[in-house]
Amino acid sequence: MKIFSYYEHKIILLSLIFFVGLNLQAQKLDSPILRTAKDTSREKMSMDAVYNRPFLKMGNSPLAVGGYLEANSLYTSENGISEGLSFEARLFTIFMSASITKRIKFLSELEFENGTKEIAIEFAAMDVSFHPMLNFRGGVMMNPIGAFNQNHDGPIWEFVERPTMANQLLPATWSNAGFGLYGKTNKGNWIIGYEAYLTNGFDNSIIDNEEGKTFLLATKDNPDRFASNNSGNPLLTGKIAIKNRNVGELGLSYMGGIYNNFEDGGLTLDNKRRLHVFALDFNTTINTMGTYIVGEYTFIMVDVPLTYTQQYGNKQQGFFIDLVQPIIRRKILDWEKASLNIAARLDYVDWNLGTFKETNTNIGDDLWAITPSIGFRPSSQTVFRLNYRYQWQKDILSNPPTRTAAWLFGFSTYF
Amino acid sequence: MPNHFIRFAETNLVMKKKVKGLCGIFLFVLFSIACEKTMPILIEENELLDGPIEGLSTEEQVQFLKGDEFFNDDIFTIEKGLGPIFNAVSCASCHAGDGKGHPFIRFTRFGQSDTISGNQFLNFGGPQLQNRAIPGYEPEQLPANAAFTNLLAPAVTGLGFLDAVSDADVIALADPNDADGDGISGRPHWNYIPNYVQLRPNSISQNGQYITRFGKKGAAYDLLHQTSGAYNQDMGITSLFEPIDTYSGLEFDPEVASQTVHDVVFYLKTLKAPLRRDEGAPDVMAGEQLFSQIKCASCHTPTLQTGFSSIDVLSYKEFYPFTDLLLHDMGSGLDDGYTEGKALSSEWKTPALWGLGLSKDAQGGNYFLLHDGRATSIEDAILFHGGEAEQSKINYTLLSDIQKGQLIKFLESL
Ligand code: HEC
Ligand code: HEC
Repeated sequence: MKIFSYYEHKIILLSLIFFVGLNLQAQKLDSPILRTAKDTSREKMSMDAVYNRPFLKMGNSPLAVGGYLEANSLYTSENGISEGLSFEARLFTIFMSASITKRIKFLSELEFENGTKEIAIEFAAMDVSFHPMLNFRGGVMMNPIGAFNQNHDGPIWEFVERPTMANQLLPATWSNAGFGLYGKTNKGNWIIGYEAYLTNGFDNSIIDNEEGKTFLLATKDNPDRFASNNSGNPLLTGKIAIKNRNVGELGLSYMGGIYNNFEDGGLTLDNKRRLHVFALDFNTTINTMGTYIVGEYTFIMVDVPLTYTQQYGNKQQGFFIDLVQPIIRRKILDWEKASLNIAARLDYVDWNLGTFKETNTNIGDDLWAITPSIGFRPSSQTVFRLNYRYQWQKDILSNPPTRTAAWLFGFSTYF
Repeated sequence: MPNHFIRFAETNLVMKKKVKGLCGIFLFVLFSIACEKTMPILIEENELLDGPIEGLSTEEQVQFLKGDEFFNDDIFTIEKGLGPIFNAVSCASCHAGDGKGHPFIRFTRFGQSDTISGNQFLNFGGPQLQNRAIPGYEPEQLPANAAFTNLLAPAVTGLGFLDAVSDADVIALADPNDADGDGISGRPHWNYIPNYVQLRPNSISQNGQYITRFGKKGAAYDLLHQTSGAYNQDMGITSLFEPIDTYSGLEFDPEVASQTVHDVVFYLKTLKAPLRRDEGAPDVMAGEQLFSQIKCASCHTPTLQTGFSSIDVLSYKEFYPFTDLLLHDMGSGLDDGYTEGKALSSEWKTPALWGLGLSKDAQGGNYFLLHDGRATSIEDAILFHGGEAEQSKINYTLLSDIQKGQLIKFLESL
């Protein structure tokens, strides 16, 4: 996802520092900064995640800023060979929103991953509201495939790692230039929302990459993907979500289109090859216990040429499910609403579904992982997490799995 | 929206005692397990095919690791020169975990049926059928009347030892005219070699030909020959050594650096010889006896020595590969009608049997043995033996079930 050159990095960094500086100046001179909390009302759905974040707002200025920081340490061991202890400043994300007029707003999200190694505009879009059921969005946006992609802020989650399905099968955070419509309506306890966007899409690297497997994420290495669409055909992403205030939320989404560059200068280079991604997401809270459950499943179909290698699969699937159980919630030290949660996640990904033509045996290339966790939240904006992850990963032939275990400790906080 | 922590703050929930108790236990368990204890157990060295020979110098280890990376993790893409026609995208695609290959990635060679007229199908894509192509290209089709064979990748462990066996020692094992009358002849593969290879110390030549020893028909001289051929034929990657593009037949700029090829060769040379398991078990020891008695060891020579090697740990060492590096006529059953170099179509190089018991772990849990993987068990492989090995096979079938079991146990301990 290297979308900026070295010098552009520097310029962005400098302007950010400048911006933050100005901001602090403003803070001193004018009115106190107002913290707008996340809206936790039951009207909110996954699709609202981008705007529904804690922001710092300055007086009457239409501008609000926010962001989050994530840092971890991890100790890993693969097949009993320790990889040692390492520290990572994984994510630093800044978002800035502005209400331009009553019905027009703008939001941008800039992410620095692993220091300045990867800098990405995750979101930079303008939203125009015509009616609650009809809003226009244009710019760089996160495709609404599943729920995690739009709802990936670190501090929300109990786990240091993102769900494997979301960032090794689906390419979270997956954002693209494009435009589209969204809307929401409610009746009684029910809320229903939709989103439909046309954006730039994937390229041939999903079946031609150094992972040696069908890998949607590979497209993110293409530096031109915000500037032009590789296949010349838009990627359609659509989602319908339905929520019952007492039961939970269920989302159904689809993303698909032609991914390859099948012609150039009027010359045909290849057949048109499509990919289809289906996702199902849900979340619910069991009220009696406060148990929170969130999960997502995805199924991917990619048209891989028959004369290409079976190493690149034409079907993939995966899911994750998180169970979060709050156990203590009270004043701890000086923190009014501190809480302690235990949680567990199950991850599953199969990058190559099917059987070998030659032997009719199962194609491997899959992964299972289980991650128990303890999380401490001094406030809802900040989480300290201790995770233990145990993972079994099989190669394409289903040979005995590589076992990896990791202790991860870190924090993630909005600011 | 997973705002569970906030939701919780609002529901003002009173936790049930039971749940709290359970959670307490959970926490206790999580914390009471020490870090190291929670890590996967180390796999025993003798359960793994891969890994370096013990005793390499630090410089040698650095080069081993570089080669390891290229062999196992260097995946070729279109941008890096893959194809346009090819068989696989990396060495490890076929030699997973340094072990034997899998039928899904087996390839076909065709076009040569005798030792005199050479390959008749060089203009039709021979000798190797690149049956895969990058999008937009058509892979090769097997010409209707061409002799062909399917080949499954062998394990690549311990090759440095085999490479360092002197030509004189190989010749000493041969009995081309079956002077001892045991029905087993065996001859070195005398073949022409490419000009980029370096002759091994004290190499012996005959009419401009040298003893070649790698590959199923033993047609490759050394690991550089085999490796540059693999880059070129298996992946469509040209090098300084093998610069002809398989698709166009034209000379291309190198798509892989010479240094990379040398690092891979070094890696192959310094992969350890597989270690044995259950060596001392009574059944295994009885099986080892039988192995010699029924003449398996006449081809699958248990012990060989290396000569001089520039890699210290390979110099003048005794090792136990169970091969004589010679060609044997294996009879009509294993004769596919195709051949290479100066081998007959019925002749195959005795494969090393070390690591045999671990092959399944690299083949997805099943055995695929012999040159094309047609045998799906060790017994199957033995029963396919014919030609010079006919008597040995018959000896095997005459063993009692217990003895057969012992022999198999021995083979699995390799
Ligand atoms: C498409 C599958 C495939 C790929 C890719 C492949 N190999 Fe092989 N390898 C084979 C097969 C099949 C043989 C047996 C070939 C023969 O008889 O010539 C073989 C033989 C070998 C041998 C000879 C071993 C012996 O005991 O004689 C070596 C060494 C080797 N390969 C190394 C490599 C290296 C290095 C690479 C990557 C540059 C590579 N291979 C890529 C399938 C493959
Ligand atoms: C005349 C020499 C000869 C004798 C005797 C012989 N073998 Fe072999 N063996 C070979 C050759 C050559 C091959 C490879 C044939 C092929 O690939 O098609 C082979 C293959 C094998 C294989 C499969 C190895 C692999 O990696 O695929 C096994 C197992 C084996 N032999 C065991 C035995 C046993 C056990 C005996 C005694 C009963 C025996 N052999 C006797 C020459 C011999």
